[in-house]
Amino acid sequence: MPSALPAGDPAPTDGTLPESASAGLGDRPFGFYVHVPFCATRCGYCDFNTYTAEELGGGASRASYVETAVAEVRLARRVLGEVDLPVRTVFFGGGTPTLLPPGDLTAVLAAISDEFGLADDVEVTTEANPDSVSAPDLEVLRAGGLNRVSFGMQSAVPHVLRTLDRTHDPARVPAAVDWARAAGFDQVSLDLIYGTPGESLADWRISLDAALASDPDHVSAYALIVEEGTALARQVRRGEVPMTDDDDLADKYVAADEALAGAGLGWYEVSNWARDPAARCRHNLLYWQGADWWGVGPGAHSHVGGVRFWNVKHPAAHARRLARGESPAQARELLDEETRRVERVLLEIRLSAGLERAVLDDAGRAAVPGLVADGLVTEVGDRLVLTLRGRLLADAVVRSLLP
Amino acid sequence: MSSKSAPPPGHTDPAILRNFCIIAHIDHGKSTLADRMLQLTGVVDERAARAQYLDRMDIERERGITIKSQAVRMPWTVAEGNDEGAEPGDYVLNMIDTPGHVDFTYEVSRSLEACEAAILLVDAAQGIEAQTLANLYLALGADLHIIPVLNKIDLPSAQPEKYAAELAGIIGCDPDDVLQVSAKTGLGVEKVLNEIVKQTPAPVGDADAPARALIFDSVYDTYRGVVTYVRVVDGKLSHRDRIKMMSTGAVHEMLEVGVISPEPVKAGEIGVGEVGYLITGVKDVRQSRVGDTVTSQHGGAAEPLGGYKHPNPMVFAGLYPIDGDDYPTLRDALDKLQLNDAALAYEPETSGALGFGFRCGFLGLLHMEITRDRLEREFDLDLISTAPNVVYQVTMEDGSVHEVTNPSEYPEGKIAEVREPVVKATILSPSDYIGTIMELCQAKRGQLGGMDYLSEDRVEMRYTLPMADIVFDFFDQLKSRTKGYASLDYEVTGEQAADLVKVDILLQGETVDAFSAIVHRDAAYSYGVMLAGKLKDLIPRQQFEVPIQAAIGARIIARETIRAIRKDVLAKCYGGDITRKRKLLEKQKEGKKRMKMVGRVEVPQEAFIAALSNAPSAEKPKK
Repeated sequence: MPSALPAGDPAPTDGTLPESASAGLGDRPFGFYVHVPFCATRCGYCDFNTYTAEELGGGASRASYVETAVAEVRLARRVLGEVDLPVRTVFFGGGTPTLLPPGDLTAVLAAISDEFGLADDVEVTTEANPDSVSAPDLEVLRAGGLNRVSFGMQSAVPHVLRTLDRTHDPARVPAAVDWARAAGFDQVSLDLIYGTPGESLADWRISLDAALASDPDHVSAYALIVEEGTALARQVRRGEVPMTDDDDLADKYVAADEALAGAGLGWYEVSNWARDPAARCRHNLLYWQGADWWGVGPGAHSHVGGVRFWNVKHPAAHARRLARGESPAQARELLDEETRRVERVLLEIRLSAGLERAVLDDAGRAAVPGLVADGLVTEVGDRLVLTLRGRLLADAVVRSLLP
Repeated sequence: MSSKSAPPPGHTDPAILRNFCIIAHIDHGKSTLADRMLQLTGVVDERAARAQYLDRMDIERERGITIKSQAVRMPWTVAEGNDEGAEPGDYVLNMIDTPGHVDFTYEVSRSLEACEAAILLVDAAQGIEAQTLANLYLALGADLHIIPVLNKIDLPSAQPEKYAAELAGIIGCDPDDVLQVSAKTGLGVEKVLNEIVKQTPAPVGDADAPARALIFDSVYDTYRGVVTYVRVVDGKLSHRDRIKMMSTGAVHEMLEVGVISPEPVKAGEIGVGEVGYLITGVKDVRQSRVGDTVTSQHGGAAEPLGGYKHPNPMVFAGLYPIDGDDYPTLRDALDKLQLNDAALAYEPETSGALGFGFRCGFLGLLHMEITRDRLEREFDLDLISTAPNVVYQVTMEDGSVHEVTNPSEYPEGKIAEVREPVVKATILSPSDYIGTIMELCQAKRGQLGGMDYLSEDRVEMRYTLPMADIVFDFFDQLKSRTKGYASLDYEVTGEQAADLVKVDILLQGETVDAFSAIVHRDAAYSYGVMLAGKLKDLIPRQQFEVPIQAAIGARIIARETIRAIRKDVLAKCYGGDITRKRKLLEKQKEGKKRMKMVGRVEVPQEAFIAALSNAPSAEKPKK
């Protein structure tokens, strides 16, 4: 069962945003997230909003998805108005975007380009499952305007992949990277997961080394989270697999940082490393720097000028609303000044660029010397930057900065 | 045989008065027998009879014990030619209820003083229990006539011959003299009433002497103020009198005099041998103390009746509201309970670990539990209590003496001697467990005072034990080691010097006052290891390593370490995660408010509660 959406205020059926949202629209970077809610099979650890063919039921299909997505892009334009809003980033995520014919993704991108126009240096990423992507697919995607690909590698160790229900052959990853390079993708990223039950530190190092052997521009490494409602959570509850251990996760994070930094990839967000600033995922930076984006697709979240809204979760409901010309938004929340400040603290402190001290209130500033003394943050000019230990304890640091 | 034309109070010839009480163990059927008597004598009709009329409070009902006694006046007509050979005629029986528990020994003794006879009521399937035996000894000490009665003879498991022989052996009568009843069915109860008339001596007093009445109970009533129960010994008390409390000399207006039958009935006066109530308008039972003598303000008696004692708390514990905002509620609640409980003592106390609360003094553990229960139930409070402790007399080398009721106030410096209270404990048990009980008592620093067989397979053992051990876990251990068969009674008899030390528990070098304990030197190590281990499991990991130490003074006797937490970060935080993450942060901040800071260490309130409540629990003598 996919994770639940948050509670919020009702969103109007025509999608109209409060007037405050349009203030400064166009001054901040703007991007699109396109959620592709399909997977061939559901992985035991995954709580994302995604559906296998059997789970999908009637009223929505992979075949009709492109039409629905394009309809939402057009709705976005109506809602945001005729403001000059060149799109800086597009990100196809899921789910498994590469389960769709590559032409579907490029068609959605074309619609975005049509409605809004793309910035000259636009970054267009798709997530790709090494299992369901081929060299010709990658060529079509590249030709259609995508320029960044992020492969869901997760691990190079067969027993770890099995525990994660991932079906790909580890050898498929370097091949897919090669195809992407050959197709002309500027940026190739690999996603890794550490802390899978049964994964040893040595297993993790094998995965890191394997990832680095492909010479990626970017790596994301996530600690496995046993999410409520997943098959993995049930297995843990039944005692079939051990719960993740925080000390083990910490060891593996440190190992990842060492290996990646050693290979020339520097951290720029708690779970993300890049070869150089140009290789950072600019789309994700939108989220972390409080910029605007529109999330297309079932369950997708958007943020425009201090308004967060999110779509209904089920693909059929999503499609039905758009077919009626209604907004698929299920609910929204308006962030007041203080909430926006809180979000800035909890997001920006996770970045290597750090958090501007001025964002803190008096009580937060008073906590800084203690955090520095404890070796959790360093002061770089007027910004606070997490140390390695601080990155591992980032949530605790946030609680100190927002007392 | 009931009669409703009862002789009026105030003019009752002492010759027709019979004052008695019932001594029984908790579930041996005292209240059922009392109900049956109320019905037979016609003061409560069957339909109106509330089951167990004498037990007023819900808590009493649930625990099956009587906390506060009452006295009921019952008319009784003995028929001509009755089988018991009692003198025919109209009588007035005063049934004086007694509190049934160890903590209230003094109150029991005053109730007994108001009687001439005691029914010794014993379950025919279980035999006599330690507390009953202890109260029997009190009754014998008060020179009461004892009427032995076996109850529940209708039970299939009843062994009336065996236990009749046991009772006969204890009180020195013929087994045939032991009455056999079923209070539940009413079988034999009429006979008991006639036997009361026949066997109980009529009260003797000087009607012309200045008034002297013994206070044997004192109850606060929301509407009437304090209701004082008295037994008139000499003279009479009239509603026109002003009365004087002889222990303090305090004078009170008399607003009302009466008897309970079973509702209050006003009377002009009550005279020699009568039992009744007084209402004076005082609002606090401490102004009307059990054991005191009431006389008239003018022409009053010169000498009080003997035996008055001021109740001294013997067991102390800190009571803290789990929610600090409830502190004023707790204070008001204690104020209210004290109106009805002269033995409850308390004063404000601040604990670094638990915040603002009260150090409370109790007569004993049951008193403590009842008080805590009532505070939580009647005032809707959630409380933490620290482990109970006794009072220590600490003499320093410079000769100064400190009375310590709170381990965290244990004096520093050179100590010459520490004295602790000791109790005389009586344990009744099947003889199979003699060895086990001896082992337990020895481990608890007990000294055997004597041992007697009550019957061929039941034994009475008498021990002197440090009260601190009784308060700690003695009763639980006794029960578990004897499969629940042993019963215990104890009485504080004095004090002794002992090799005691204070064990402190330190978190990152800071003493956590709620966990300090005064223990025997031999037990200090195991206490320290036990608590340090428990806290290690209960306190969440912090951003730094937290040593937990147990120490006697500066000497560390046990140590555990809570390792520093190394990871506290959500790995991913993308578009859809932001709202969720912010809400999680808000929740965590709420949680942080419930944290207590010990130095830099954040300790969840729950950890304190768990550490204190899982500590070998206090004695709960319910059976």
